[in-house]
Formats: sequence, C-alpha cells, structure tokens
Amino acid sequence: MSAAVTDSGIAPRGTPGGRGTRRRRVTIAGASPRAHPVGITGGPSNRLTIVMALFTVYTLLPLAWLLINATKTQQALFSSFGLWFSGPFAFVDNVRQVFAFDDGIFVRWLGNTLLYVVAGAGGATVLATFAGYGLAKYDFPGKRAVFGVVLGAIAIPGTALAVPTFLMFSQLGLTNTIWAIIVPSLVSPFGLYLIWVYAVDAVPYEILEAARIDGSGEWRTFFTISVRMLAPGIVTVLLFAVVATWNNYFLPLIMLSDPNLFPLTIGLQQWNLRATGVSASPIYNLVITGSVLAIVPIVVLFLFLQRYWQSGLAAGSVKA
Amino acid sequence: MSASAPPAVARRRPRSFVGLGFTAPFLLVFAFVLITPVVYSLYLSLFRDRLIGGRSFVGLSNYGHVLGDPKFWDGLGRVGLFLAVQVPIMLGLALVAALAIDSGRLRGASFFRMSVFLPYAVPGVVAVLMWGFMYGDQFGLAANLNDLIGSDVFRPMTPPWILVAIGNIVTWEFVGYNMLIFYSALRSIPHDLYEAAALDGAGSLRVVRSIKLPSLRPAIAIATIFSIIGSFQLFNEPNILRTLIPSVISTYFTPNMYAYNLSFVGQQYAYAATIAIVMGVVTAVIAYVVQLRGNREARS
Repeated sequence: MSAAVTDSGIAPRGTPGGRGTRRRRVTIAGASPRAHPVGITGGPSNRLTIVMALFTVYTLLPLAWLLINATKTQQALFSSFGLWFSGPFAFVDNVRQVFAFDDGIFVRWLGNTLLYVVAGAGGATVLATFAGYGLAKYDFPGKRAVFGVVLGAIAIPGTALAVPTFLMFSQLGLTNTIWAIIVPSLVSPFGLYLIWVYAVDAVPYEILEAARIDGSGEWRTFFTISVRMLAPGIVTVLLFAVVATWNNYFLPLIMLSDPNLFPLTIGLQQWNLRATGVSASPIYNLVITGSVLAIVPIVVLFLFLQRYWQSGLAAGSVKA
Repeated sequence: MSASAPPAVARRRPRSFVGLGFTAPFLLVFAFVLITPVVYSLYLSLFRDRLIGGRSFVGLSNYGHVLGDPKFWDGLGRVGLFLAVQVPIMLGLALVAALAIDSGRLRGASFFRMSVFLPYAVPGVVAVLMWGFMYGDQFGLAANLNDLIGSDVFRPMTPPWILVAIGNIVTWEFVGYNMLIFYSALRSIPHDLYEAAALDGAGSLRVVRSIKLPSLRPAIAIATIFSIIGSFQLFNEPNILRTLIPSVISTYFTPNMYAYNLSFVGQQYAYAATIAIVMGVVTAVIAYVVQLRGNREARS
C-alpha cells in the first residue's frame, strides 16, 4: 500500500532526475487527510495518557527550570533548589538589568537577530518559493541537473562548509559584516524541496492553463493566483527558516568578531563566558533571563501559526 | 489535486525558459554559498600552510595525514558511537510519541503534540546553557539531587558521562521535530485503510504493525538520514559545554570541533578543509548506504 500512496509524488509526473528520482518517494498528505485521528478500538486510554504525560515532563522540565530561575537573583541561584522559587521575586529586575547591561547591548543583539531573521529567512523563503514552483510547474533545459544538485546539497553537512566559506568570505572582505550572516542564510535546499512537493498538488495545471488562455503572463499568474494556493507551504518553509536563522550559532561564531554585530545566541554565550577566566564575574541571572527573552518570540510565533505549519508540513511530509 | 493525478498532465507543461527564470535567483545564491566553497575547499586541501614559507602544493598528502591522524579517528569514533546509540533512542521515542498522539486514544492530544515539539523552537545555545546549568554542581539539579541522597553519583559533566549528557541534550532538542515528521506521515494514511482494518477485526496493535509502520518507512528513512548528518556534524553542544568544562572536552572531541580549532586557533586552514571534505564524504556514503538498505527493505 505504501507504494501506491508514496509513489505518487514527483517521480511519476516525468520529473527528470533519472535513477535518483525513481527512488525518491513523496507522500502527498493533502490528498485525503483525516479530519480526526482514528482510534480503531476503545476510547481514551489512561495508561497511554500517563506515559505521554511523563514524556512531556521531560520535554517541559528544562523550560520550567529556566522560567523559575529567571525569577531569582544571582545570589539566590546558588543557594536554592532549582525547581522552586526562592528569594525575592527578581524577574522584573532581571529583565531591566538584561536591557541595561553594557549600555543596552542586548537590545542591539535582539535587533541584529531580527535583521538576520527578516533578511535571511525571508529571503530564503522567497528564493525557495520561486525555485520550488518553477521546478514543479515548468520544464526547462538543465532541470535534471538542478534536481540532482539540490537534493545532493540537502545531504551536505552545513558545518563542513563553514571553514571554506569563511576563507572565501574573508578574501572578499565580507567577514565581520552583516552579509556574512545573511547571504549564506538565503539558501534552503530543504525549503525548496518542500515547496516543490507542495506545489505539485496544490497548484493544478488546469488553473495555470485557464490563466494562460485569459492572457495572463506566467509571473502575473504566480503572484495573483499561485502564491495564494501555496500559502500553507510558504508559511511552513518560512517558520523553519526563521527557527534556523534565529538559532544560528556556528555561522556567526566564525564570521563575526564585532560584538555590535552579534545575534542573541552569540551574545548570550559571551555573557556566559564571563563566569570563567581570570577576571571572572558571573552574571548567570542575566544569561538565564536573557535566554527566556530569546525563546519567547519564537515560541509565540509557532503557537500562533500552528494551523498553517501543521498543514504545510503534512503536505510536504517528506521522504527520501 | 489527488495524489494519483494522471501522468499525462506532465506532457502539457510548456517547455521554456520561464521555469528557469523562477529558479535562477535560487541557483545563483546556491552556487555562491554552496558550490564555490566546496570547490574552494577541494583546492585548499591540496596545499599545506607553514608558518615559514607560506602555502605550498602537496598533492593528496593531506588526505594521507588525515587518515593517519589519531585525533581525527578519536573524534570520528566518538561521533560514530554517539550515532549508534543516540539516534535509535531519539527516533524510537519520537516514533512512540507520534503513534500515541495519532492513536486517538490520548486525552489532550494537541497539548502533547505542542509540548513535545516545543524544545525544537529553543535556540541550541540556550538549550545547552540550560542543560549545562542543570547538570552543574553549583546550582544545578544534579547538585540538588546529590544533596538529596547525600552522595555524588550524578555528575553528568565528568568524562564517563559527558557523551550521555550531550546525547540527552540533542535528544531533547530534536525528538519533537522527528515526532512531527512521523506524525505528519501518519496523518497522510488514507482513512479507508482503517475502516477496512476495522471490518477485518484488527486491533490497535495490529493496525500499528500492518498499516502504520509500513506507511512510515519513508519518513523513518528521511529522519534517519537527517539524524546521521546531524550526528557527524556534532559541534554546538560539545563546543558550548567545553567553555564550562575545558578539561573534559578536548579540542578534537568531534571531527567538526577539530576542524574548527585547527582553522581558528591553529590557522591550519588547508588541513581543516581536508578534514571537512573527508567528513563530507563519510557522511554522504553512510547516508547513501542507509537509504539503499531502506529501499531494499521497502521492496522486499
């Protein structure tokens, strides 16, 4: 059965790619999603619920630890049990200190992170959407090669490229600039793949054909019609690109040396490093509170856009 | 719209440069940030940096050096062990969670789905700092636990436990992401299969074994490949923990850390590039073998 469902994606449509393609299978979930989960036998199971509740304790406990300890002063951190409140409620004061420390460098880092996310993840989504759509809906010379190279790129260890990318950028004078972070973030082979898979089914050829007959150009059709049909896929790619750039650590670590260009991730680690070395002056309370502030926006984003990314991911639910 | 649309549709597609126009912007940036560095590192790997005399052509001898470098093998062995233990545990947990959430027998399934996924949204740096604090003997939970039982058994930041400690962090970060991949695949199983199974009197476990697990095979394959790539790339977690416990985690703890330290501390760029290429090849070969095996099983 799995073959019947999964073989239906890109391959049988005559997408080029030869051997590679035939082996790749894509599940198109949008085809017949179930409205509700299906239980074959029985109603809710208490045992299962308890097992999952225990698992949730594991996934949420560190976050609880972080929230609780963001309410403690530096002194109380060391003298109290980690999973309960202690000492004066210092959260508000901690937040104030985070923003005031070092002439408000945290605000600068937050702004940098937003810039990298908007330009990097936004750009990556636009490029992946154009390209995925182009590959799904048109034939053009060299498409077979594009297919192979891009899918191969998904398997290239990103960090393996870090050293050569750094050397190349440093010869071009791009290191220690915002471009060193933004430009590499613009490429998301996985995002392209997801849009491609999504566009195959989400945008029917009949509609493109009808638009053509009405005299609409291909780009105009894309911007007025196709974009809307691709929306859940685009939101999904955007969200995962946002997470990737918001959480980016390795790239800024090697590319940037000017603290004024740091994103939050590198900045927080720098604060953490104050606890070691010769002139150690730990500010753990600020590291912890700063971490909370770095998590909140991204979690809120995920919660708000839940409906979109879950349907987008289901449709792309990908297999190699 | 249907997954089984007739392939004939493909023939009506216009063959023109319009599609290339859509794809070109991506390809330009792709060539700049992915292809060029690969080519450049291949070129670099043929040279050697010396403090005196500068850069000289040495052919393939860097590759020979890497293959005879005990520090490289030490790191590779460690990520290999990590891969063999951590990946099955993480994917197993993710699979069980996905099946449970999809079973329809869970109270508050959407709460569980979100809670399990949530750690993925936490920046890796924050995750490591958080767990690092919790592992710590100053004000961490490990210290609290040791106080409680009056011993010092819980010492995750010491040599015998450090790999387990890192494995736990990585599992925590990515179990939800993998759960979501599996869950999405489960949701795509056509409803009528379940109805047919119910008519045949199949129980929950039987449905899991005969319908759900076979349908999940492609999703498991891709999650495995991504996890293999992730394991070989292991860098962030040990590198950040290293700032807390430099004596426990060496500069060549993983091949990636070795390459990083060689280039940014030791200025041995050519040798670092060689390690990066060797690791890229190792990763690609293993991912390919896993995929081949997965396909063979799927066919049989």
